Amino acid sequence: MSERHFEGSTNVTEHAAKGMITLRGDLESAVLQKAVRSALEVTCPERGQYTQNGAFSMAWMSPDEALILTPHAEADAALAKLAKALDGSHHLLANVSDARAFFQLEGPQVLNVLAKLTPVDLRANHFKTGQVRRTHVSQVAAAFWMSETDTIDLICFRSVADYMWDLLSNAAR
Amino acid sequence: MSTRLATLGRLIDRTQRRKFLFNGKAMQGYEGDTLASALLANDQMLMGRSFKYHRPRGVVASGAEEPNALMNLGTGDRFEPNARATTTPLFEGLCARSQNHWPSLEYDIGWMNNLLSKFLPAGFYYKMFIHPRPLWKHVYEPFIRQSAGLGQAPTRKDPDLYEHMHAHCDLLIVGGGVAGLMAAKTAQAAGLDVILCEQAEHWGGRAVVDGPKIDGQAAEDWVGATLQELESASNVTVLPRTMGAGIYDHGFALLYERLTDHLGPVETPRHRLWKVRAGHILTATGAIERPLSFAGNDIPGVMLAAAVRDYAVNYGVSCGDRTVVVTNNDDAYRTAIALKEAGLNVPAIIDARPQAEGPLPDMARGLDIEILTGKAIAKVKGGARVKSVAICDQAGEGTVLEEIACDAVAMSGGWSPVVHLWSHCGGKLTWDEAAAAFRPDSTCPPLGADGTGFVSVAGAADGMQSTSEVLANAEQKVLALVEKISGSAPKTSLPAVQEPGQEPLSPVWLMPQGAKPALRAKSWLDYQNDVKVSDVQLAAQEGFESVEHTKRYTTLGMATDQGKLSNINGLATLSNALGSSIPDVGTTTFRPPYTPISMGAIAGEAKNALFQPIRKTPMHAWHEEQNAYFEPVGQWRRPYCYPRGSESHDDAVHREVTNTRANLGLLDASTLGKILVKGPDAGKFLDMIYTNMMSTLKEGRCRYGLMCSENGFLSDDGVVARVGEDEWLCHTTSGGADRIHAHMEEWLQTEWWDWKVYVVNLTEQYGQIAVVGPNARKVLEDLGGMDVSKEALPFMGWSDGTLAGIPLRIYRISFSGELSYEIAVPAGQARALWDKLLEAGAKYDVMAYGTEALHIMRAEKGFIMIGDETDGTVIPQDLGLHWAISKKKEDFIGKRAQERSHMTDPERWQLVGLETLDSSVLPDGAYAVAEGKNENGQRNTQGRVTSTYMSPTLGKGIAMGLIKHGPDRMDEVIDFPMLDGTVKKAKIVSPVFFDPDGEKQNV
Repeated sequence: MSERHFEGSTNVTEHAAKGMITLRGDLESAVLQKAVRSALEVTCPERGQYTQNGAFSMAWMSPDEALILTPHAEADAALAKLAKALDGSHHLLANVSDARAFFQLEGPQVLNVLAKLTPVDLRANHFKTGQVRRTHVSQVAAAFWMSETDTIDLICFRSVADYMWDLLSNAAR
Repeated sequence: MSTRLATLGRLIDRTQRRKFLFNGKAMQGYEGDTLASALLANDQMLMGRSFKYHRPRGVVASGAEEPNALMNLGTGDRFEPNARATTTPLFEGLCARSQNHWPSLEYDIGWMNNLLSKFLPAGFYYKMFIHPRPLWKHVYEPFIRQSAGLGQAPTRKDPDLYEHMHAHCDLLIVGGGVAGLMAAKTAQAAGLDVILCEQAEHWGGRAVVDGPKIDGQAAEDWVGATLQELESASNVTVLPRTMGAGIYDHGFALLYERLTDHLGPVETPRHRLWKVRAGHILTATGAIERPLSFAGNDIPGVMLAAAVRDYAVNYGVSCGDRTVVVTNNDDAYRTAIALKEAGLNVPAIIDARPQAEGPLPDMARGLDIEILTGKAIAKVKGGARVKSVAICDQAGEGTVLEEIACDAVAMSGGWSPVVHLWSHCGGKLTWDEAAAAFRPDSTCPPLGADGTGFVSVAGAADGMQSTSEVLANAEQKVLALVEKISGSAPKTSLPAVQEPGQEPLSPVWLMPQGAKPALRAKSWLDYQNDVKVSDVQLAAQEGFESVEHTKRYTTLGMATDQGKLSNINGLATLSNALGSSIPDVGTTTFRPPYTPISMGAIAGEAKNALFQPIRKTPMHAWHEEQNAYFEPVGQWRRPYCYPRGSESHDDAVHREVTNTRANLGLLDASTLGKILVKGPDAGKFLDMIYTNMMSTLKEGRCRYGLMCSENGFLSDDGVVARVGEDEWLCHTTSGGADRIHAHMEEWLQTEWWDWKVYVVNLTEQYGQIAVVGPNARKVLEDLGGMDVSKEALPFMGWSDGTLAGIPLRIYRISFSGELSYEIAVPAGQARALWDKLLEAGAKYDVMAYGTEALHIMRAEKGFIMIGDETDGTVIPQDLGLHWAISKKKEDFIGKRAQERSHMTDPERWQLVGLETLDSSVLPDGAYAVAEGKNENGQRNTQGRVTSTYMSPTLGKGIAMGLIKHGPDRMDEVIDFPMLDGTVKKAKIVSPVFFDPDGEKQNV
């Protein structure tokens, strides 16, 4: 996926693919939490949260699923490290870097742009930096989080990247 | 005549003139006018014709309840029908045309229907057009269709933009009158997150026209100050021009915001549909004035009393020089007083009550307005405009006592609370005897998830009459809510109100109460659909006792205004005719939207490229470059074939099949579902999911498997590869990936929650390329990087490695019967591999092939296709797939169902091949006939075609079909009747037409 950029009331950028790993396992188990910390130095996120340490971050997807974000080239190595740390405990790890498209929206109106497309409660006391939401954006599945004030990171499936691009740049006019 | 007054007009700006066109005639109004007020200012009282009798109709109301003044608005691609003139803001260049007339509004041929009205009573269509039968289709229906309908349907694409907006709040308040404002003020002070919406452009509802003093200031000033306070509060969102359209379960509400209708065509979104999730909803939607039923009450110039007042006060428009007020309540006196104070003539107030005492009648008397108590209108005289009214006793049968010349009649039959939103989600109503109206029953509200009401009602919508009651009620409703949420209510101070007191109304459902048939037949209930008192009485007489039946029989309340004016009067008329009480008759159902909303708002941004998502594979751009002809597969677009130059699709498909069988073909198989299943119990799990055994599959090997529903029916199929000790990759059909993923998750989450299995859908992680044909191995060897020989990578094996430096996995599987490698590669590198395969394949005559070539090749081999050979009623045994159903396993999903007697019945149709005797192609879905007829007189059948193609390989038509006792009837010839009356004869053969021993794929 190539980079593209739109400037409007809110700016939209589609970045080249990020490294992404799906981890399925009991996110509340001490074994898993320790493995994640030792392999990637990231803290396992609480329900609905997003954690970050340097180049690695981790987003809560469900009680037994997390998404780990890495630089694209480092996904396989990170996966191998995690697999080693989790060896012996029931889990599933899969490199999904190429299955996703990654967007960033940025500007003071960003939440109003997003509110046109998603039913998530984006009021300030309900959606904060460090929280992640797995939802739908108009007609497709997506997840997003506020990486910093006025900036939203958003992922969706690769096959609908063009739709998402049209959707976001239309809403961000 | 109606005209612009020199004074009044609080909403218009007389310095800003606005030109507009009505039926091609240039007219002028002011900024702030509605189309209706501007038309009245131009003495255009006649605004349309009624639906059935084409009677001339003028505007009746000043708001959303208007039934008559419906316009075709705009031209060209911005044309829109059925716009209510009363809620259409005037803008420079507006172009409106009245509806339902030919050749013109003034001279209309359809008016003939009016002369025939005696012969067009309620239920006329049902009685008249039923016999003789054939006339319905050829005469009656075309005629009725031609004459039915009000506005015209737009024929061009809407160029405007629309959008949705999602919002969340603690309290949604619908209605910006003083009740809504008071409620918002109270909720704001209590710290709730509030959304406040008002359908009109202006705030304050009736109070700003009717003029009580609130908190020592004029109502208008109190409204202005309160609004300002709310707008500056951080916890309140204030939305003017936004109608509460509907309330649904779980505190969900739809609001319809008209962003730019007052500006004319612009480039920004025109309408916005708000999808609000509210903790609680308060409807402060006010009340609607009821017409009175007297003869000639539909003649242009007869209007609701409050509307006459609105036009004068808000727009500085007089609806007539001499206005007779007819009423059963005190409120209409305000109209008489307002008109008199504006210098207009009010010859009389006709009050159906025996006496009129109290402050408002006294004020009218003080202005020397004559008040005739105990009187009624016997009939209104006039054609296209009121000329006079004949007065009679309300108690009598209509003997005329005197006639009063006038050009307008302001009528009021009392007020009906707007209970629509309350009722949308199940709120019940109670009959208020004193007000003669239904109002919300606060003990039966719409219930939320916690079993308590999530909607409450305030103000006039709750049956409150005076401004002081309205404000107190609104405040109390919010305080009760705050207390429910936080356990304590804040201290507030209710503003003092100065207003005249009102005496009770006296219900009047027919005027005069003993009106004779001739008068009743001219007393309108539903203006838009031409339903009169006599029609409802006839319906009752004919046995239509249920209000829902009467509604449909007479069409009462079925027009675009949904009976906002006619509802209660119609119910009362019906209950009188039935001799039962109004609450016993009940109301019809209130359904969203409150008034019609635009289709554009419903669609939002979903048009053109955004109409629906299209899923694209990593090779999609290449397909587009080749001018591929695409077909939809779920939301994917897959190349059906790649026509070259002027080649037909059939020719392209033929070429692709032939080349793949002879040389080398490439298929973009990326859409194939790929689900990874892992865990200590994964083998056990897959043995339940599939009909055959997957736990015994060896690492490095693949196996074809079938999945069934609990009912035994074949649901999906595909190749499973064991990719690790406790890890399997399941391929599903392209359309089945998400469904099968969900199916697996459901069983794991709800039934086998203690099994240690995780599932992840990897469909989009990999591009998948099928390299197919006799030269397949050669091209991979040329790319180099891994051993793809028969020994290293045998049929139904898989292997990881690299080709041309790209890491990938190759599955040696075949859906074509050819030597075939399916290569899975990370999606980001799939296009690169595709390009390299094309490049290296050039010397082997490589060609991409599409889904139709894929289908033909699989049919030539007798492979089934989910969705062709299966349709939700087919079990694997019907398809001769017994070999893929494990006999050893104790259980699998569908096993028990497949043992039921009907499933093991030998009479079930079973899969065979079919070959026509003349080599032609059988039509898809064609039925094979059997001897005799069934109990319905239809020809018996014995099977049907499930897949059918012209086989380029065999040079003849081939088909598969499900035939009774099929496998036992080889070489038998059966008949397939065609639509043109001819019969195709086809021989039953094996479904495997090509290379039955699999020599080509296993090399």
